Amino acid sequence: MSQVDTANPAVEPVEAFTKLEQNGAALMPLRKAGLARFSESGYSTLRDEDWRFTNVKPIAELPFRPTIDPLGQGIGQDQLGNVTFGQLDADRLVFVDGHFNADLSQIGDQPSGVTVTHLVSGLAGLEREAGSLSGGDDNPFVALNDAFFTDGALIRIADNQCLTKPVHLLFVTTAGKDGEAAHIRNWIIAGANSQGTIIESHLSLGQAATVTNVVTETRIGDGANLEHVKFQDQSAKAFHLASLHSELGRDARYAFHSIALGARLSRNNLRMRLAKPGIECVLNGLYMMRGQQLADHHMIVEHAAPHCDSHEYFNGILDDQSRGVFHGRILVQPGAQKTDAKQTNKNLLLSDDATANTKPQLEIYADDVKCTHGATIGEMDDDSIFYLRTRGLDPSTARRMLLHGFAGEIVERIRHDAVREELDALVWGRLEAVHKFD
Amino acid sequence: MLQIKNLQAGIEDKPILKGIDLSVNAGEVHAIMGPNGSGKSTLASVLAGRDGFDVTGGKALYNGNDLLDLAPEERAREGVFLAFQYPVEIPGVNSTYFLRSAVNAVRTHRGEEELDAMNFLKAVKVKMKELGLGEDFLKRPVNAGFSGGEKKRNEILQMTMLDPRLAILDETDSGLDIDALRIVADGVNRLRRDDNAQVVITHYQRLLDYIVPDFVHVLNDGCIIKSGDKSLALELEEKGYDWLIKEAA
Ligand SMILES: Nc1ncnc2c1ncn2[C@@H]1O[C@H](COP(=O)(O)OP(=O)(O)OP(=O)(O)O)[C@@H](O)[C@H]1O
Ligand SMILES: [Mg+2]
Repeated sequence: MSQVDTANPAVEPVEAFTKLEQNGAALMPLRKAGLARFSESGYSTLRDEDWRFTNVKPIAELPFRPTIDPLGQGIGQDQLGNVTFGQLDADRLVFVDGHFNADLSQIGDQPSGVTVTHLVSGLAGLEREAGSLSGGDDNPFVALNDAFFTDGALIRIADNQCLTKPVHLLFVTTAGKDGEAAHIRNWIIAGANSQGTIIESHLSLGQAATVTNVVTETRIGDGANLEHVKFQDQSAKAFHLASLHSELGRDARYAFHSIALGARLSRNNLRMRLAKPGIECVLNGLYMMRGQQLADHHMIVEHAAPHCDSHEYFNGILDDQSRGVFHGRILVQPGAQKTDAKQTNKNLLLSDDATANTKPQLEIYADDVKCTHGATIGEMDDDSIFYLRTRGLDPSTARRMLLHGFAGEIVERIRHDAVREELDALVWGRLEAVHKFD
Repeated sequence: MLQIKNLQAGIEDKPILKGIDLSVNAGEVHAIMGPNGSGKSTLASVLAGRDGFDVTGGKALYNGNDLLDLAPEERAREGVFLAFQYPVEIPGVNSTYFLRSAVNAVRTHRGEEELDAMNFLKAVKVKMKELGLGEDFLKRPVNAGFSGGEKKRNEILQMTMLDPRLAILDETDSGLDIDALRIVADGVNRLRRDDNAQVVITHYQRLLDYIVPDFVHVLNDGCIIKSGDKSLALELEEKGYDWLIKEAA
């Protein structure tokens, strides 16, 4: 790493490790293995098939500064009052630069059998489980996360229990120095027939080129029904890397929504393993990019059991020189008969300089399956605009309506009413503020 | 109301309409028939203002003013309505929101007050019932995933709500079952007044049993080759177009 800033020396991995060891020796094997994997692989490059369109060189060139300790200046409630979902009636865990902040968090009465806490406090006895779902992944950022994660959320819902309120995980970065990196680890364990809504939002209070690297492991039991909304609205220079590893049980329902609006570069790795029959899994995403932004969603949906449905819907609105990347791999294992897998990725280019790279990939080893995929990249549809105009709407209203509709298609799949309504209003406001319709 | 004089139009140097003359007065219903590809939808598109068609000659006057000079939305606000042969699916755009915006755009232009959400819903629900559309319809995105028949009924619902002076219906009957045909025809007939007019493009005499035209025109290769009263449609049903095309040649 060439650019070590002498006034603010970047953290040495060894130094970071000494500190992390004090926080929990039981995790050290995982951390060491992670560091070893990362030392071996280094950052991915454009030569890696999984990273063909997303260049992480700007991240590799940043000083290495994992936020092993909380950063100096704390933040107060007043800074969080107006953030998205800040007023939502929810239990809220707030993490600042990867560290749990008890003062800003509010956890109400959840039923017995429900644990909502931060990972470091609740991990006792679970250390060996950490990494059990993400372990097989060769993503260098997962390796880095194994090595350096400081904290994250732990949500456990016992069998037959429901979250009485949604749980809101609010991750903010305050970092003022380039390269400051919050490595966050979340664990979500939903027991058999349990239910709940989880909202995960990532925001920046500072403007520096910070890194957020979050790994979430989700174990969803038989008959469980979970909705997970991930909202990323970080600042213009931020880098955001996320990796979700989910294993679903028999007849489980899981809806994961990814709303990516911010960051200079964001990457969401989604790894879904449909391990038992009768699962319904929905991955639903919206990215709205402008300037030099890039949003990348990279998913592998593995059908390992028969009679499962999986649907992926991703819409992107790309303006200026921004880019959208979508890679959707559906893997149907032998024996996963009666699989019903659908995938669509639609990209609306609002500028000649915007680009979308979309790559569907079907890999099917069973014969009695239904798999469809479709991808579009294009401008706003002239026929649709004409249709609306023949009903008396002027062109700018027509364009606005289509754009809202394009985003709305995704937003309206969110089942939780208050979350959906807040996001809908936010997306509309954002489109109005940013795009010229005339 | 509408005077079309020697209208010629084409697309990318390909002439499609080759001199159309047609006068439609308030209170009249005109049927336009003709073989596939004869230019019926093109005529409708040119009158509604679709991009991509070049008008190379002639004119179309609407209430004495040059219709072709107006933007599509201006034509709509002035009371021209086109029911599409192939209504466009608009995923993500809620039907209620769309239709209320359209109704209010037209009302504002007419100097009427905008309808608030409640009054709009009241009005639209009555019309939906008449057209046999279920209430869930309002919650769905415009035409997205609608059956062929539902799309056509939606066109008629929009027409009813917008209350046009000149309605052009492009094959609104195709794809409808017998019951839906009657419902749609009733919807059109309910709108008929002394101060408005309908131009009905169809292939089938059947529709004209319900919507009885004052005039029937036959379009072939971009020209109206024959005009008559409703008996012409019966004659076409029996004999096809060949004899007419030969007669015209
Ligand atoms: N966008 C277009 N580009 C090229 N040619 C076109 C286009 N639209 C229409 N045409 C041509 O113009 C001619 C008239 O088409 P039009 O759709 O008006 O016919 P129509 O009478 O409505 O036929 P139908 O009864 O099948 O609906 C056809 O030869 C058609 O191929
Ligand atoms: Mg036609």
